[in-house]
Amino acid sequence: MTPRKTGRFLLTSAMLLALATAAQAQTLRVGIATGPTSLDPHFHNLGPNNAAMRNVYDRLIHMDANMRLQPGLAVSWTPLDNTSWQINLREGVTFHDGTPFGAEDVAFTISRIPLVPNSPSALTRFVSRISAVEVVDSHTLILRTTNPSPLLPNDLAQFSILSLETTEAYLAANPGIAPSITEIDSSHFNSGALAIGTGPFRLVSWAPGDPMVLSANSDYWGGAPAFADAVVRPIPNDAARLAALLSGDVDLIDGLPTADIASTRANSAFNVFETPSNLAVYLHMDSDREISPFVRGLDGSEIANPLRDVRVRQAMSMALNREAIARVIMDGAATPAGQMLAPGFAGASDTLAATAFDPDGARALLAEAGYPDGFAITLNGPNDRYVNDERIAQAVAQNLSRIGIRTEVSVEPASTYFGAATRLEYSVMLLGWGSSTGEQGSTLDSLLRTHNSELGHGGANRGRFSDARFDEMIGAAMQVLDETERNAQVAAAAEYVIGERFGVIPIHFQMNFWAARQGITMSPRADNYTVLSEIGTR
Amino acid sequence: MSIPFRDRPLGMFIADFVANPYAVIGLAGLVLVIVLALFAPWIAPQDPYDLTQLDFMDGNLAPGSAGWTGTVYLLGTDDQGRDILSGILFGLRTSLMVGASSAFIAFALGALVGLVAAYVGGVVDALIMRLVELQLSFPAMLIALVLVAILGTGVDKIILALVLVQWAYYARTIRAQALVEKNREYIEAAHVLQYSHSRVILRHLLPNCIPPLIVLVTMQVAYAISLEATLSFLGIGLPLTEPSLGLLIANGYGYLQAGRYWLSIFPGLALLFTVLSINLVGDHLRDILNPKTRRQ
Amino acid sequence: MLAFLGRRLIQSVAVLLVMSFLVFLGIFAIGNPVDVMIDPAATPLERETAIRALGLDLPWYQQYFAFLERAVAGDLGRSFVYNEPALDLILTRLPATLELAVAAMVMAVALGIPLGLWAGLHPGSWLDRTIMAGSIFLFSMPTFWVGIILIMLSSVWLGWLPSGDRGETVSILGVPFSFLTWDGLTHLFLPAFNLALFKLALVLRLVRAGVQEHMSSDYVAFARAKGVSERRIIGRHVLRNILIPVITVLGLEFGNLLAFAVVTETIFAWPGMGNLLIRSIQVLDRPVVVAYLMLTVVIFVLINLFVDLAYSALDPRIRVGGRA
Repeated sequence: MTPRKTGRFLLTSAMLLALATAAQAQTLRVGIATGPTSLDPHFHNLGPNNAAMRNVYDRLIHMDANMRLQPGLAVSWTPLDNTSWQINLREGVTFHDGTPFGAEDVAFTISRIPLVPNSPSALTRFVSRISAVEVVDSHTLILRTTNPSPLLPNDLAQFSILSLETTEAYLAANPGIAPSITEIDSSHFNSGALAIGTGPFRLVSWAPGDPMVLSANSDYWGGAPAFADAVVRPIPNDAARLAALLSGDVDLIDGLPTADIASTRANSAFNVFETPSNLAVYLHMDSDREISPFVRGLDGSEIANPLRDVRVRQAMSMALNREAIARVIMDGAATPAGQMLAPGFAGASDTLAATAFDPDGARALLAEAGYPDGFAITLNGPNDRYVNDERIAQAVAQNLSRIGIRTEVSVEPASTYFGAATRLEYSVMLLGWGSSTGEQGSTLDSLLRTHNSELGHGGANRGRFSDARFDEMIGAAMQVLDETERNAQVAAAAEYVIGERFGVIPIHFQMNFWAARQGITMSPRADNYTVLSEIGTR
Repeated sequence: MSIPFRDRPLGMFIADFVANPYAVIGLAGLVLVIVLALFAPWIAPQDPYDLTQLDFMDGNLAPGSAGWTGTVYLLGTDDQGRDILSGILFGLRTSLMVGASSAFIAFALGALVGLVAAYVGGVVDALIMRLVELQLSFPAMLIALVLVAILGTGVDKIILALVLVQWAYYARTIRAQALVEKNREYIEAAHVLQYSHSRVILRHLLPNCIPPLIVLVTMQVAYAISLEATLSFLGIGLPLTEPSLGLLIANGYGYLQAGRYWLSIFPGLALLFTVLSINLVGDHLRDILNPKTRRQ
Repeated sequence: MLAFLGRRLIQSVAVLLVMSFLVFLGIFAIGNPVDVMIDPAATPLERETAIRALGLDLPWYQQYFAFLERAVAGDLGRSFVYNEPALDLILTRLPATLELAVAAMVMAVALGIPLGLWAGLHPGSWLDRTIMAGSIFLFSMPTFWVGIILIMLSSVWLGWLPSGDRGETVSILGVPFSFLTWDGLTHLFLPAFNLALFKLALVLRLVRAGVQEHMSSDYVAFARAKGVSERRIIGRHVLRNILIPVITVLGLEFGNLLAFAVVTETIFAWPGMGNLLIRSIQVLDRPVVVAYLMLTVVIFVLINLFVDLAYSALDPRIRVGGRA
């Protein structure tokens, strides 16, 4: 072959290849377990919604796959003093309808969030620290907070930015729909009229429960997406979702059922993507009340609550065969946990490992605590919330029964379980905690700090655990502005409150799984969001 | 006019019954199922409800494989190390218990209401029958769904829901039968003797209305078992810790594609076998007790 | 006739009232929807705000009366989850469910009538016995388990048919339908077949019983004596006569089919209203559950009415509303 011919041959094959990939890369079809409930990014603080929003809208700060903060619509954020932050915004960004992005849009968004009508779970928490928004110029803001708020950047990574100009124009054209621009309800987003962001994809169509159809925003500031179009279809049924992938109906699915991981991995036509998640499954024990509703003596009589004794809690932790639960019950889709966030995340300890499985030691410790024969408890848990939740509960009950704590399992739908758990109706609870901010300090603050509803501490402390030394440690840590120092202090608090006091008993970190056909690549995210702009071709 | 049950020699009835091989197979199957369910605690290799007897280290074993202690699991295990054979035997117990008790309670309730309606007549009859017709115009499945949504999950609640779904069938059938019997000589005789109303209803009217109801009860038990399994499958029936056959199937459903077919196929076969046996018996009973088809 | 319609109307309104009341109270007693929907990290204050926003802070009877007031005006409330009118949510899914139910009905009739006819014309033959035993088999198979087996066989092992969803749809007057595209048909086949099995058994038994009854009747004997061909007797006379009860029963069973579609839709991920109902029950989305039931009651009342009217039209011996 002459050089010229070779050149031409290469050229044609390159063109063919380009054509082939272009044809392939045109539409990305994704099957997800749960679709969003609304396209209003501030309507419902819910994983599937937050995930879907990332395709259409941007946040000031983005979280990468490992939940580390990256510049989004803000290029930098710096504390000026203890209670104010300067935010510099990205220049030259426009919304999908062509309106330019600027500081007024941010101010408008922050003012709207607490006012969204009919919201079943608002995003108010992420702006409640902000006491004032000062627009310095079109691309500079100063945010004031009432208290020192070192975690403000994490909050800024949670909410999507809307266009003030677009919203004003829409209200002017439809004057009857709301009294002011901050009170327009979510239906105007669902219709698509206001679902306008700066994100990597534009919305084409959506209806509740129906697929979300998107087209690429080729002018995206972060680079055009790898696909010209995308269809994200909710397929709640696990088997149906996997079947859709296997039959080629979709290119990628999330929430690969744990039992199917091995067979999908073995199939050369598909790739499995996995990462440890930000969700820890754990036991919360009533460590407060003298008499606890679901604790009984072996003869069924009422006894003083043994769960208040740290030795009993430690024995329970030692009784758990976490390795086996992860391998058998979770089909390998979990890693044993010794704290509430996996090592590597902000504020996680590098040294705090899962309690070693030691049933003999656990029995000895129970005897030392005055329960040589054990006692009886009921383990309450949900049956539709976490991966394999009711199965985990049964395995934990097996383990506890083996050391003498006779355990009955009672599971119910999340619809009734969480309400009862919050009303303190249970003694031992199986729960999960996904840290949306990717940082352990606020998790420990919610779960283990002495409950105080006025100050907002211990909001999810369903065991009413209380320890003065821990309160002091976490209180101090959460005031530290320097990230490295704060993380070290949070880690030390975790080592104390979980490693020594067993305020909660972590079981495992759930793993997140995706499966895609050969040729599709993605970066698996710890927060389990399927973000289309992070999916590419190979 | 049908021949009263008591007038027909039992021997003829039995001869009729065994003439159909399907019915005999059904009866044999039914007897087997009942025996297995009754004696499950003694037959089953393991008590699947007792967590101390389970070991999830033996989880997910295929049929016929041995666990780490050497126990052989004939039909395999689920992820908790629960022996599927034992699970089916105990699940059969739960399913039959729920199906039979709901059918019988509904029978008692429906029979009472139907007899009263027929015996008293007038406005009471009209009111009761309106209600019955109304309920029967809606599918049982839908009513059961609503009831479970209102009542929540649990064995007692499922039974209650199934009773409320079924009573109207009995009420309608027994009323129709009672209206025929009401005008017969022996009831008139009872009136002449001035027996109390309750005595006439329970001692005289009821026994003579039973034959057509036997078929209905048989069919309804099968239906109730199926319905309970369906509700449990949809996740709004029984709690996981007391698995019926339906719940076992539901739990195994997610593992089909992963190749753990034994988790839902075997309990499904057990359910099918049970319902089929009952239906075969019921179907033939209907043929025997119905004089129209008996002639052919 | 008017009195009959009036009575029906009053009855239906009473059913609607009782049904809505029970469901309202029942779901109220089960739990607070906010606990399911809210972010577990939410503060008690945020929870209070959400409860107020959804109007769940009022006593139940006030909520119920507010609901009734709006319902009279045709507004059945907004979904807590989607913040969209509950009725709209259901109505957009109604066509999918109807399509599934109609397809199942068509399959049941297309298979059931020939099978029933054959069995009825050859009573006692081995094929008749097999068909009859088979029908009991069909009656006995739990719909959901058959669905699983069907998926297992044709989607997973054989890879012939897709296992879920609606596939490609074509819009007619803005309503999407699957049966107009090949892809849509392949998606429709398994769930419709699954739903049809039970009805198939019913249809074939009805037809068989009808054929047996009519074949031994006087008019058939008379026609035979006149020398009318067997083919014509069956096609023109017998079949026409047995279709009346078959159609009536199928009309009534259509409602049953809609209810059982809940199961099939769940297994085959068919985006119909049954699927929506199950999810709404799980998250206590009360407005959707109540609206679903109200709508189904209305559909049922209409079906029953239609069947009654059709029956009286087909059979002159029955006069609607009249004393027999």
